[in-house]
Amino acid sequence: MLFAVDIVSFADWFKEAANWAFLIIAVPTLLSAWRTVSSSNIVRAVLYLVVSLAGTAALFLMLGAAFVGWTVVLVYIGAVIILFLIGIMITRAPLGMESDLSHGRDVKTPAALLAVVLFAVITWAVVDAFGASMILPFEPTSTSDLANILFDRFVIPFEIVSFVLLAALIGSITLARKDDGGESE
Amino acid sequence: MTIVQFLIVGAALFSMGLYGVITRKNAVLLLASVELMLAGVNVNMVAFDVYLTDQLHSGQIFTLFIIAIAAAEVGIGIAIILMIFRNRQSADVDELNLMKG
Repeated sequence: MLFAVDIVSFADWFKEAANWAFLIIAVPTLLSAWRTVSSSNIVRAVLYLVVSLAGTAALFLMLGAAFVGWTVVLVYIGAVIILFLIGIMITRAPLGMESDLSHGRDVKTPAALLAVVLFAVITWAVVDAFGASMILPFEPTSTSDLANILFDRFVIPFEIVSFVLLAALIGSITLARKDDGGESE
Repeated sequence: MTIVQFLIVGAALFSMGLYGVITRKNAVLLLASVELMLAGVNVNMVAFDVYLTDQLHSGQIFTLFIIAIAAAEVGIGIAIILMIFRNRQSADVDELNLMKG
């Protein structure tokens, strides 16, 4: 037998309303993720990334992780995408169709093969391990619980992350500054 | 809801990000593909957090850390791409062949 555990039957799976909501979120997420890596228009590729990340945020909301979901919306869709668009505009990539964004078929075929094999292996492993394991009914994670844990048990990693962000801020300003204007001091 | 459906979405996002990292030549789109991989990892983290009903919510906390690190990574990455573009007039990673590997 291919799998060690029982797999939930498709008929039962489609009876649950939450699974339809899951499909409505997951299918656009994956389609736009595919367009992100395959689109030949650089601005479109980044805008498809917005849809994909919004889909993951919706999945987080579905799992009751409201704070994480809205953080994804604020940080990724609000800030990181803007950084990407600024990066595109500064590097003056042509805004129309462009054939030079990806490698040719000689790289794409093995890459697709590798990606499919990786996906198949991960899928086989998780189905083999978790098969029909259901996510039991759960309470949505309250933001105050999350805050208590973050500032109690995880306070040192939190401070380290804030230093990393500070270092990244200073580093990117230093890197991106124009030096050709002479010394200012 | 089964947990497997979320894990499969995470695996698909990760695999597509890997495909993008290998095939893309433009440095900005390469970073975007890395973001897709991180999004796939985040879906896994939150799904397992809910599945295991973790009292410490480690999965969600680490997802927050991943988001913060990813934001820092993109900031630095765009700054480096900008600097490379100034020096070489190109954002194509294939043209960065100074080391002649």
